[in-house]
Amino acid sequence: MNPALSELQGLFPPGRLLTRPGELAPYASDALTAFRAQPLAVVLPESHEEVVEAVRWCVRHRIPYVARGSGTSLSGGSLPVEGGLVIGLNRMNRLLRLDPKERLAVVEPGFINLQVSQAAAPYGLYYAPDPSSQPVSTIGGNLAFNSGGAHCLKYGMTSNHVLAARVVLPDGQTVVLGSESLENTGPDWLGLFVGSEGLLGIVTEITLRLLPKPEAYHTVLAAYDALEKAGQAVAAVVASGLLPGAMEIMDALAIEAAEAAVQAGYPREARALLIVELEGEAPQVEAEARYLEEVIRQSGAYEVRVAQSQEERLKIWRGRKAAFSAVGRLSPDYLVQDGVVPRSKLGQALAEIENLSARYGLRVANVFHAGDGNLHPLILYNGRVAGELERAEALAGEILQLCVRLGGSITGEHGVGMEKKAYMPSMFTPEDLEAMQRIRQALDPLELANRGKMFPGDHPPHRPPSGPHPLEKAGVIARE
Amino acid sequence: MSETQPLRPTSVAEVQEAVRAYPRLRARGGGSKPALSTPQNGQTLLEMGGLRGVVEYDPSEYVVVARAGTPLAEVAALLAQHGQYLPFDPPFLAQGATLGGTVAAGLSGPMRQRYGGVRDFILGVELVDGEGRRIRGGGKVVKNAAGFDLPKLMVGSLGRLGLLVELAFKVFPAPKATCTLEVAFPRLEEALETLYRLAGSPIELYALDLVPPATLVLRLGGLSEALPARLERLQSFLGQPGQLREGEAEVAYWQGLNDLGHLGAGALVKVALTARRIPALERVLGPAPRRYLCAGNLLYLAWEGKLEELDALLKAQGLSGLVLRGTAPQPQIGIDLAQVFARKVAAALDPQGRLA
Ligand SMILES: Cc1cc2nc3c(=O)[nH]c(=O)nc-3n(C[C@H](O)[C@H](O)[C@H](O)COP(=O)(O)OP(=O)(O)OC[C@H]3O[C@@H](n4cnc5c(N)ncnc54)[C@H](O)[C@@H]3O)c2cc1C
Repeated sequence: MNPALSELQGLFPPGRLLTRPGELAPYASDALTAFRAQPLAVVLPESHEEVVEAVRWCVRHRIPYVARGSGTSLSGGSLPVEGGLVIGLNRMNRLLRLDPKERLAVVEPGFINLQVSQAAAPYGLYYAPDPSSQPVSTIGGNLAFNSGGAHCLKYGMTSNHVLAARVVLPDGQTVVLGSESLENTGPDWLGLFVGSEGLLGIVTEITLRLLPKPEAYHTVLAAYDALEKAGQAVAAVVASGLLPGAMEIMDALAIEAAEAAVQAGYPREARALLIVELEGEAPQVEAEARYLEEVIRQSGAYEVRVAQSQEERLKIWRGRKAAFSAVGRLSPDYLVQDGVVPRSKLGQALAEIENLSARYGLRVANVFHAGDGNLHPLILYNGRVAGELERAEALAGEILQLCVRLGGSITGEHGVGMEKKAYMPSMFTPEDLEAMQRIRQALDPLELANRGKMFPGDHPPHRPPSGPHPLEKAGVIARE
Repeated sequence: MSETQPLRPTSVAEVQEAVRAYPRLRARGGGSKPALSTPQNGQTLLEMGGLRGVVEYDPSEYVVVARAGTPLAEVAALLAQHGQYLPFDPPFLAQGATLGGTVAAGLSGPMRQRYGGVRDFILGVELVDGEGRRIRGGGKVVKNAAGFDLPKLMVGSLGRLGLLVELAFKVFPAPKATCTLEVAFPRLEEALETLYRLAGSPIELYALDLVPPATLVLRLGGLSEALPARLERLQSFLGQPGQLREGEAEVAYWQGLNDLGHLGAGALVKVALTARRIPALERVLGPAPRRYLCAGNLLYLAWEGKLEELDALLKAQGLSGLVLRGTAPQPQIGIDLAQVFARKVAAALDPQGRLA
């Protein structure tokens, strides 16, 4: 046996060191299933000290490693490095402390997002970031990707809800970044770490901020006979000075798919649906609802529904949350993109996507976080038809370039990972990327941590996700 | 003491040249935080006021982009014309504080209670690093996850990781109406208990300040038609009517606090903490004028005595502070926040310590 491996056997007991091909198979890819790589081994640490041991072992033997939570990354972030080590953190899944008075929770990295809110619920508190993978994705993965959700415009992404993190640096040293305070008296090192996609270290303990649950919700569903009208309605809501918790749009194809999948009761013939949700203190929400009603009335919606109960509210959301995976029913395969455009360019972006769709002869379903201009175009294709995957990839690439050209970003929440690293130079200059590389190399001169991700360079061919994640097929999670 | 004439760059290229030409530099925006912007030990002063002006602002985007030397007051006035504001509520508007200085010092005000501090609203940054390289990070849209989050790193960087030349922020619609309730309690413990109850409740406050010895100052904001009902609910939650401020007097009250001048003379210091630390701190701070903001997460205090004493006192409490005005060998006092992550990142951006 490889001497490095036998040394690893001394560090991890048999059940927590996986080396046989059958054991490694589940770790060969993340939710970007078309990318696969065979790691040398997987270790499953149960403590901070064991993570340190694993990283030190990697440093000693110059073996690259990838931290892994639940493997739901949509951009290849948790794809193993061929012949490298996977450090699986699912066993470090304890809630270490819940302090309702200070409104914080301290968790291990493998703790599941949704469980934070569940643990906090008895105290009237919740954890705000709500990626649709929240029933399975881990806080460690959320932190590494600065994950978002439907409520980002008002309350921010993961980064705005992490107070402190204990980190094992790529050289095996441990640091604590941040503190329990919302304030700081020096550079925001934690702010840099969050969203660094596993390149700057492995987090082993995280302090999260909890918020009081809003007292009231007001959820409106508006149907339009044209996508532009829904887009203009978003602009009108913003212009009115309202700050809704969420604003989401679905187009005809997405509506069709969602209806087929979960029968949310959406108006089937609509060309676009807009969901707007107000939240907050009851008297404030009631007053805002009156303004919203007026704005929506003037926006040319031909049908407007207001959720009259929590049940009706959840029904509206069920269709929206199922839209991604539901699209899987309309097409054997699909790619999902995650670009951002300035809100005022939404109409233009959608029109150009429609043109591209016609030009490429591929259907595109649109489901998006309209409030923050975060598009999730779903490109439908059939992988068995020769050349369709390549056409779909080319179309996806054009959409990303379009987002950058309109002044936006190549990713709003799914991260760069493997999938979008080739597009980083369209957003950043060589000097910008070089500065980020310098920071990375200062902490990881051997480039062991998540080697081959985020930065453009040698890499296997771009292979974006096709079809639903196995967990989506099983109905466990849905994408947003 | 500065040994050279101050430099007044008016373009990014001139900032780059300055960094390459001088061994040690200290940037100054409006000079409202002199402890952070006064050159020492042969540092050359770089006046950033020449890099000024709003570059992009489309109210419907909730995004404003401006050069770093732009005075906060200019930005605030522009936003106000469109019913918007900087939700992190930075201090020293009337003292000429700039966007760059606010980010570098990492300063927010009472209204950060509602939606967050400067770190939560910065979207993009353009900076010149210690080698004179021009670097951009983040973006100009409200949501973006591409690349390392350099904008957040710059919050509180004190000009030591790079000279900020352009910044992008998320902004929000301003509350249409506000009112403020002041409630006094017999003892600190009761004030703190109420502070905790409020912070854990769905009541949405724009400010939740504690004024020692035992007064809470609470600001409500939103639609004017909903405000009376909300105020009533707040009063019944508190179990007392409190003292109400409304209208222009209310707005003037908060404006009057923006320069922190109410704290009086002495060194002006910011301390990061949580409400849990307040009782112990209150026992040792003596008569120093002070005010706790954001449900006890932020303390501004004026210190008449020697800063060495405050430094020791904060260390003993396990807290860190930042001197904004006053003479200290180092503006960062209290516990030492240095660690290896910090040293390595700083060395990557400023290997020769030109900005240190
Ligand atoms: C159906 C579906 C819906 C989704 N919806 C959303 C959504 O709405 N919003 C959104 O933002 N994302 C969404 N995602 C993407 C994904 O769920 C998130 O990126 C999530 O944060 C990944 O968590 P994970 O535990 O699966 O991490 P993994 O995929 O295992 O890892 C993600 C990255 O984090 C790193 N990492 C993991 N743990 C650690 C650690 N402890 N320390 C340091 N680095 C670590 C990995 O190396 C990798 O780079 C969705 C994915 C799917 C499959």
